[in-house]
Amino acid sequence: MGHDTAEWVFVAIVIAVLIYVGVDSWIVQKAVEDVPADAEVIKVTGQQWFWSFEHADGTKEISTLHVKKGHAYVFEIYSRDVMHSFNIPDWVVFEDAVPGHTNHAWFAPDTAGTYPIQCREYCGLLHYNMRGSLVVEDDKS
Amino acid sequence: MVLELQKPRPVWQIMFSTHHTDVGYLYTITGLTFLFMAGVLAMIIRTHLFFPGQGVLISDSATFNRIFTVHGLTMLFLFALPVANGIGNILVPIMVRYKDMAYPKLNAIAFWMNPVGGALLWLGFADTTWVSYAPYSIIRAPGPAADMFIFGMKILGISSILSSINFVVTILKCKHPDLPLRRVPLFAWSMLTVSLMTIVAMPTYAAALIMMLTDRLGISGFFNPFAGGDPIAYLHLFWFTFHPEVYIFLLPAIGMMYEIIPRFSRKPLYSQASGVFAFVMLGIIGFASWGHHMYSTGMDFTTKVVFMIGTLAAVPASGMHVFNFLATMWGGRIKFAAPMKFAVGGIALFFSAGAGGVLNSAMPLDFISHGTYWVVGHMHLFLTGTIGFGFVAMVYYMFPYITGRMYSEKWANVHFIGMFWGTVQVFFTQHLLGLEGMPRRIYDYPPEFTSWTQLNQIASVGAWILGASFAVFLASLIYYSAKGKPANMDDPWGLGGKYYYPVAAKNPHGGHSGY
Repeated sequence: MGHDTAEWVFVAIVIAVLIYVGVDSWIVQKAVEDVPADAEVIKVTGQQWFWSFEHADGTKEISTLHVKKGHAYVFEIYSRDVMHSFNIPDWVVFEDAVPGHTNHAWFAPDTAGTYPIQCREYCGLLHYNMRGSLVVEDDKS
Repeated sequence: MVLELQKPRPVWQIMFSTHHTDVGYLYTITGLTFLFMAGVLAMIIRTHLFFPGQGVLISDSATFNRIFTVHGLTMLFLFALPVANGIGNILVPIMVRYKDMAYPKLNAIAFWMNPVGGALLWLGFADTTWVSYAPYSIIRAPGPAADMFIFGMKILGISSILSSINFVVTILKCKHPDLPLRRVPLFAWSMLTVSLMTIVAMPTYAAALIMMLTDRLGISGFFNPFAGGDPIAYLHLFWFTFHPEVYIFLLPAIGMMYEIIPRFSRKPLYSQASGVFAFVMLGIIGFASWGHHMYSTGMDFTTKVVFMIGTLAAVPASGMHVFNFLATMWGGRIKFAAPMKFAVGGIALFFSAGAGGVLNSAMPLDFISHGTYWVVGHMHLFLTGTIGFGFVAMVYYMFPYITGRMYSEKWANVHFIGMFWGTVQVFFTQHLLGLEGMPRRIYDYPPEFTSWTQLNQIASVGAWILGASFAVFLASLIYYSAKGKPANMDDPWGLGGKYYYPVAAKNPHGGHSGY
C-alpha cells in the first residue's frame, strides 16, 4: 500500500501529454470547421449503393464528381435510405450521410488528378462497391 | 456437504450444479468454445481478404457480412463476457470468503441463458454488423436473422444484468465481516466495478433493442426517419451502453493481471489503493465518452469537444494500472512462466492500444481513422492484445488448480510466441491499412490499389500465425488436462514463498480456500 512521488510524476506527465493533445486538436478542428465564405455548394446524396451529386448550377452527376482546382466546395450530404458515409480519403473529406439530417463537409483541392470516393459506413449488400471518383480539373477559365 | 467431490465427477453433476465453481467452469468452457468458433470465422474473413477480386473463398457479400457480424457478436458477448464471469464465479466468493455466490440459482440461470442467446445469434446469422445501426437494421436488414439477433442480444443482456447483480451483492453484502472492502483482492474489485457498470449501462441498450423490434414490426418509428424518427437517437442509446461496455470487457482482464503479476514477480503489489482508485475512476469516466463514436454524424463542435475531454480523461487511470504493474515487477525476481508471459505481453499491447486510442479521440485525427481498418486494428489490440492475453494468462494460471495437472511450458511458449507475433502482425498492419483509407466491413477491394493488397496479405499471414497458435492452445488444453504430469498443488510453478493459491478451484465442495 502507499503511493510515492514516482506515481504522481507519471500521472502528471500523462495528463500534460493529454492536455497538449486536447488543446492542439481543439485548435486544428476549429480551423478545419471554418468553411470559406465563397465555397460553392455541392449536394451529395447517398443511396444503396451509389453517390449522386448536384452542382450549384444544377448539373447532376452520378458516381463521378468533377470539380475545379483552387476552388473551395462545401458538400451538403443527404441519404435517401440508410446511413452512409461520404468519404474522399485523399482529401480527408469524411461525414456521415444520415437520413433525415443534412451534414456538411468542405474541401479546397489544390492538386489536379483523380481520387477515389467511397462509403465508409456499413450500408448493406454492396457497401464494398459503393465507390466513385473525384476528378479535380485545372481551372481553364 | 451434500456433494462430496468425486474424481472424476460425471459431467451432469457440473451441468446441473448451482455451486459457484461449477457454474464458473461452465461459463469458462462455453466462452472458450465460442472463442474457437468465432476464431474460425476470423480465419475465413482474413483468408478471403488475402485476394482482391470477388468470390475467391466467399462467393457473395451477404455471406461475408453475416460472417463478420457473427464473429464480432460471438467474440464480445459469448467469449469475453462469459470467460470473465466464469473466472469471477470461481474466484470472487473465495476472495470475499463466502461459501458461494449470493444467489446460486440466479447464477445458474444467468449462465444457462448464454447457450440460448448464442444459439439464436448463430442460427440467425444476421448481417446487421454488431452495432446494427438504424435505419439499416430496421428497414433493410433481412428477415428472421435480424429478429433473432434482437432476441438473442436481449437474452444475453438480461443474463449479464442478472450475473452483475449477483456479483455486486456477493461482494458488498456477503463479504466476510473481518475483511474490509479496501483489502478485497483487485480482481474482485474489477468484477465489482464492471458489475455496477453493467447495471447502469445495459438497460439502455435493452430498451433500444425493444424499440428496434417494434420499429421493425412497423408499430413504432423511434429510429426510422421515414416514420418521423431519428437514427442518431439509436446511436446515442447504443454507445451509451457500449462505450462503458468496452471497459466491462477490459477491466476483468486487468484484474486477472493483478492476480498474476505480483505472484510471478515474487513481490507484493506496488499499490492496492491506486489499483482500486483506477478501477473506480474508469468505471465512472467510462460513461463520459460515448460520443467519440459519433464525431462524424454531424455533431456540433462543442459536443465534440466535451466528448473528447471525457475520452482523454480515461487515459490517466489506465496509465495508473500500467504503472502499478511495472512498479510491481520492478526489482522483483520474475519467473516467466506461461501466465506471466501472457500477462506481460498483454500489458505491452494494452499500452500500444491505449496510445492509438488517444489519437482516435483527437477530433481532427478521428476523421482520418474513423470507420477504417485503423479502428479494426485499434479495438482488436484491446480485445485480442489485452483481453485475450489476460484471459489466456488466467487460463494457464488456473489450469493446474482446476485439472490437477500441469500444462506443458514448451507448448505454452509456442502459443505465446505465435499469439504475440500474430497479434502484432495483423493488428498493427490494420492500423496502416486504415491510414491508406480502407473502410472496414468491406467484402472486396479494388485490385488496382496495390498498397491495400500488400497490407491485407501481410495481415492475413499474421492471422494464420495467430490462428495456428490457438490451435496449439486448444490441443494442449485437451491433451494436458488428461495426460499432463500431476501438478504440485501447493506450488505448481515452484515460486516458493508465502502466496495465496486458489486451490479451492480443484475441490469446490470442501477444503480450504487458500486465502
